[in-house]
Amino acid sequence: MTAVTIRSFAAIRRPAGGRLAGIGAAGIISAAVIAVAALAAVFGPLIAPFNTTVPDTTLQFVGPGGGHLLGFDVEGRDVLSRLLAGAQSSMAGPLAVVVISLALGIALAVTSAWKRGAVDAGVSAGLDILFAFPGILLAVLATAVFGPGLTAASVALAIAYVPYVARVLRGAALKERSQPYVAALEVQGLSGPAICVKHIVPNMMSLVVAQATIMFGWAMVDLAAISFLGLGVQAPAPNWGVMISENAVGLQEGYPLPTLAAGACVVIVVIAFNVLGERLLSRAAQS
Amino acid sequence: MSRGRFLLRRLTMLLASLLVASFVIFGSMYLAPGSALSALTGGRALPPASMAALQQRYHLNQPFLAQYWYWLANALHGNLGTSIEWRENVTTLMGGLAWTTAGLVLYASLIICVLGIGLGVLAGLRPGWVDTSTLVGTAVTAALPSFAAAMVLVAVFAVQLGWFPALGNGAGLLDNVRHLTLPAIALAISSLAIVARVTRAAVREEAGREHVQTAVSRGIPYRDIVRRHILRNAAIPITTITGITIASLIAVDAVVETAFSLNGLGAFLVKAAQDKDLAVVQGISLVLVIAFVVVNVIVDLLYAALDPRISLGTAPA
Repeated sequence: MTAVTIRSFAAIRRPAGGRLAGIGAAGIISAAVIAVAALAAVFGPLIAPFNTTVPDTTLQFVGPGGGHLLGFDVEGRDVLSRLLAGAQSSMAGPLAVVVISLALGIALAVTSAWKRGAVDAGVSAGLDILFAFPGILLAVLATAVFGPGLTAASVALAIAYVPYVARVLRGAALKERSQPYVAALEVQGLSGPAICVKHIVPNMMSLVVAQATIMFGWAMVDLAAISFLGLGVQAPAPNWGVMISENAVGLQEGYPLPTLAAGACVVIVVIAFNVLGERLLSRAAQS
Repeated sequence: MSRGRFLLRRLTMLLASLLVASFVIFGSMYLAPGSALSALTGGRALPPASMAALQQRYHLNQPFLAQYWYWLANALHGNLGTSIEWRENVTTLMGGLAWTTAGLVLYASLIICVLGIGLGVLAGLRPGWVDTSTLVGTAVTAALPSFAAAMVLVAVFAVQLGWFPALGNGAGLLDNVRHLTLPAIALAISSLAIVARVTRAAVREEAGREHVQTAVSRGIPYRDIVRRHILRNAAIPITTITGITIASLIAVDAVVETAFSLNGLGAFLVKAAQDKDLAVVQGISLVLVIAFVVVNVIVDLLYAALDPRISLGTAPA
C-alpha cells in the first residue's frame, strides 16, 4: 500500500517538476492563477450560484451581503455569478486568437525558413504589410463588416497577430534548419514537409508555448477592450469586458465595485500570463 | 546598402503597405452585407431612373477594381465620401475630430517620453530601492489595460478627489488640457511601463560595459559618461520601443476616447462601426492606418540614423 502511494506520488511529481522547473515562484503562482481562470472558464457557468442575465432593478448597485459576496450590478444581477459565467467568453476568445494565429504563424515561419530565397522574401514583405494594421483597428473594421460579435473580432485579431508570431518563429525555424540533424535527415531521403512537421516544429515547441502564453495576455486585453467598446460579446451575455463598461456608471455614482471587480479579473489573469510567458521565454532561451 | 537605397526601400515598402491597406479597407466594405445603393437611398424605393442616376454618379455599375480606383482617387483628393448617418462629407466630419485625437496621442507620447525614459534611466543608473520599486510598479502597470486604467483614474481623481473632470472635451486650450490629462495618462500608462523597463535594461547593460569602466577610471565626469557613452549607446533600443509603443497608441486611442466620452476620431470610428456607417469607418481606418505606418517608418529611419550599421546592411550586435 505504502509502495503504491509513493510510486503514484513520484509519477505525479516528476512530470510536474519537469514542466514547471526553472520558472521560479512567480511563474508557479502565475500558472496557478491561470489554472483557476481556466477552471472558471470551463465550469463557471455551471457553478454560478445565481441567475446571470435576469435583471432586478430593485437591487441595482446593492452592496455585498446575504450570500452575494460581491453584491449586485447595474441591473441588479449577482456580480460573482456573472464573473464566473463571464470567464468562459473572456477566456475562449483569446484561446481562439492564439490557436489561429499560431497555426498561421508556424506554417508561414517554417515554410519561409525551409524554402528560403524568394518565398522567404515574399512572406516577409507580406508580413511587413500586415503590420500596418493594429489589432484593435482590424477588429473594429471586421465588426463593422460582419456585425459585432466575438467571432469576427477574434479572427481579425488573430490575423493581426500573425506577423508578430511569424517573425519570432521564423528566426527559430531558420536556426533549426541549419542544424546538422536536418541535413542528416535530408540525406536519408526524408521529404521536406516531413522533416518540418516531425522534427523542426516539435523542436520549436518550447518557444511556441512561451509565445502563445504571452499572446494570450495581449489577446485578452484587446478582446476585453473590444467587448468594452460594445463590438465584441453582446450584453446581456456575461463577459468581463462587457461588465466593465455596463457598470462604469457606478464610478460616477460612487459604487465602483462591480466595474473594478471585472477589471481586476482581466488585470490579474493578464499579469499571470505575462509573468509566466516571460519565464517560459527565458527558459526556452536557455535550453 | 547605401543610405539612399535604404531610404528608397523603406519608402517603397511604405507605399506598398498603404496601397494594400487601402485595398483591404475598401474591399472589406465592398464585401459588407447590404448593397451600397440601398445604403445611399436609406432603404427607400426610388423611381428606376433616379436609381440609375445614383448608380451612375457613384460608379456602382462598374467592376470592383474600377470602383476601388475611383474611391482611391477621391481619397487622395481628400474626398472620403458621405456619411449615411450624418449626411455630411466624411472629411469635414473628421476634420473637427482629428484635433482631439492628435492632442490626446501627442499628450500621451509626451508623458511616455518624459516619464517612461526618465524613470528607466533613473532605475538603470541607481540600483537599490529606486530600481526595485520601478521594476515592481512597472510590472503591474504594464499589464494594465487602458480601459481598466481609465476606470481607476476616474474613480480616484475625478470622483473621489475631484481634481479633473471625468468626461468630455472642455472648451478653450487650458480647459482642453485639463480634460485630456486623465485620458492621456490612461492611454500612456501601460506603454510608459514598457518603455521604462526596456530603458532600464538598456542603460544597465551599457553602464556595465568595459568602455564605461575605462571612462570612469580615467576620471571623466560621470555626467559626461552618462550622456556620451551610456545614453548614446542605449538610445537604439529606447528609440525602438518608444516608437513602437507610440504607434500602438493610435489603435488604443479608440478605447480611451470612448471611456472618457471624448469627441475624437477613435470614438467616432467605434460609433460608426456600431451604426454600420461604412464611409466613416473606411475614412477613419484609412487615416489611422496611415498615421500608424508613417510613425513606424519614422522610427525605422531614426533607428538607421542612430546606428549606421543598419543602413550599411550589417546586422547590429
